[in-house]
Amino acid sequence: MQRRPHLTEPVWLRTILIVMVLGWLGLFLILPLVVVFHEALQRGWQTYLAAFTQRDAQHAIQLSLLTAAISVVLNTTFGIAAAWLLTRYRFRGRQVLLTLVDLPFAVSPVIAGLVFVLLFGLQGLLGPTLREWNIQIIFALPGIVLATVFVTLPFVVRELIPIMEAVGSEEEQAARVLGASGFTILWRITLPNVKWGLLYGVILCTARALGEFGAVSVVSGHIRGQTSTLPLHIEVLYNDYQSSAAFACASLLSLFGVVVLVVKEVVAWRQRAQLARSNGSAT
Amino acid sequence: MATPRVLPGFGISLGITITWLSLIVLIPLAALVAKSMTLTFSQFWEVISATRTLAAMRLSFGAAFVAALVNLVAGVVIAWVLVRYRFPGRRLADALIDLPFALPTAVAGIALTQLYAPNGWIGSCFVPGTTLGDATLWLVGPHGVLEAIIGSTGVLVDQEGLKLAFSAIGVTLALIFVTLPFVVRTLQPIIEELPQELEEAAASMGASRFAVVRRVILPELLPAAITGFALAFARGVGEYGSVIFIAGNIQGETEIAPLLIVIQLEQYQYGAATAIAVFMLCVSFALLLAINALQRWSNRRAREGG
Repeated sequence: MQRRPHLTEPVWLRTILIVMVLGWLGLFLILPLVVVFHEALQRGWQTYLAAFTQRDAQHAIQLSLLTAAISVVLNTTFGIAAAWLLTRYRFRGRQVLLTLVDLPFAVSPVIAGLVFVLLFGLQGLLGPTLREWNIQIIFALPGIVLATVFVTLPFVVRELIPIMEAVGSEEEQAARVLGASGFTILWRITLPNVKWGLLYGVILCTARALGEFGAVSVVSGHIRGQTSTLPLHIEVLYNDYQSSAAFACASLLSLFGVVVLVVKEVVAWRQRAQLARSNGSAT
Repeated sequence: MATPRVLPGFGISLGITITWLSLIVLIPLAALVAKSMTLTFSQFWEVISATRTLAAMRLSFGAAFVAALVNLVAGVVIAWVLVRYRFPGRRLADALIDLPFALPTAVAGIALTQLYAPNGWIGSCFVPGTTLGDATLWLVGPHGVLEAIIGSTGVLVDQEGLKLAFSAIGVTLALIFVTLPFVVRTLQPIIEELPQELEEAAASMGASRFAVVRRVILPELLPAAITGFALAFARGVGEYGSVIFIAGNIQGETEIAPLLIVIQLEQYQYGAATAIAVFMLCVSFALLLAINALQRWSNRRAREGG
C-alpha cells in the first residue's frame, strides 16, 4: 500500500516508530520466549530429557493431556451447538447467552477455581452430600476438569461465531429446501465451511487447557504424582530450585504455544483464500 | 425478530447451550452468590477493610491500571505501525502479538522472573556497579536526584538498586506482558477501516500531518482504544499465574488480590475468600458494563455521523 507523502508520516519518523515497535516486542515478547529455551537447554540435552523421565513429570503430562482431551471434546461439542444457535436464529435472550459465553473471560482464574470449591468442597454447598456418596470432586480429576472447562469454555464458540456469521446460511437453507436432514446439513455444509476456524478454536482451547494454572491450582490440592498438572508441576520444580527441569517442562508448553501462533497464521491465510474463492464463484 | 426458522436444530442446540452454560457457568457462580449471602455486611466489611486486603487490592488494581496505561500508549503505536507501514518482519511481529494468549501463564511467570531477577539478563543490568544500575541509583535511589526534588523515593529502590523482580514493578512488568495484545487487537481492524477520505480532506485543507493525526485520526481510534484498555485492565486485575512468581509475595507489600483468595482458601476461610472474590467481580462487571455502554455510544455516534 503506497501512500502519498501528505497522507503518511515522514520517512525518519516512520523508521523511528518501526524500530521502537520492534524493540518493544523484542524486549517484551521474544526475550521471555528465548529465556525459556535458554534455561531449559543450559545444562545440555541430557538434563533436558531427564526432566521428562521423572515419575512426577510423566504423571503430570498424562494428567494434563487427559484433562485437555476431556475439556476440548466437551467444549467443542458445546461450541458447535452454541455457535449454530447464536448465529442461525434470532430469539429473545440471545444477547444474554452471548454475555454468558464471554463471562469466563472476565472472571479471574482464581475465582473460577473458588466457585467449584464453594460448590463441591468439604465445607461447600454440596460437600456433605458428596461425602455421603463418597464422591471426590475437589482435589481430584473431576474438579480439575471442571475448572479447566470453565476457563476454556469461550474459545471454540468465539472462534466459530464470526465465521458462521460471515459465511451466512444460504447454503444451509438451500440444502434444507432440497430435503437434507439437520445432521446432513451440519456434517456436509456447515462444518466443512468453518473447518479452519474450528481447527484453530480447538487448538487454542487445547493450549489453554494444557496451560491453565490459576483455576486448576485452586481445585487440585497440589498432591504430587496425583493431582499435579504440568503447569503445577512447573511451579513445584521452580520453587524447589530445580530451575532447569522447570524450564524444560515450560519449553514443552511454549512449543505448543508457538504451534498455536503458526496455526493461527495458516488458518487466517486459508480463510482468506476460501472467502476469495466463494466471492469469485458468486459473481 | 421474526426470522422464519427454516433451519432445523433450534431445540437441540438451545438445549445443549443452556444446559452447558448452566452447569459450568451459572450454577457455580450462583454458589458464589449464595455463599456471599451468608455473610453479614459487617463480616464482609471486616474482610475488605483489613489492612492486608486493602494493600493487595491497591497493588492489583494499581499495577493493572499502570500496565493497561502503558499498553494503551504502546498499543496505539504498535497497531498503527503494523497496519500502516510495510517493513521486513511485519508478518512475524503481527503473529507474535498473540503470544501472551498462547503461552501458559505459569510459563510466562517463571520466564519473566528469570529475566528480571537481579541475576537475570535484564535484572543484572540494574544492579549497582553497572552503568544503568548506578544511573538509576543516582536518579531515583536514596539520596538521589528524585529524593532531592520530591523528598521520597517510595519503596522501589533500596541500596541493592532498582528492584525489578519481587516488587510492584515486577508485578506491573508481568501484567504488561500478559495484557499486551488487547489494545493492539481491538485497534487493528479500526485502523484498517479508517476512511482515507477524512485524512485526504483534512490534508487538502492545509492541515499538517501532525494536526491530521491529532484532530482526525486519534479521535476515531479513541473508543476502541478505551475498550482495549478496559479489557487489559480487567484481565490484569484477575491475573494470577504470571504474577505470583515475579511478585515475591511479601505480605502487605507484593501480595496480589487473587493470591489473597488462594491464601484464605488454604486456611479454609471460605467466607473471607468469597468476600474478596465478590468485591473483585463487582468491580470487573462494572468495568464490562462501562465498556458495553461506551461501545453502544460510539456505534450510535458513528451511525449518526455517517
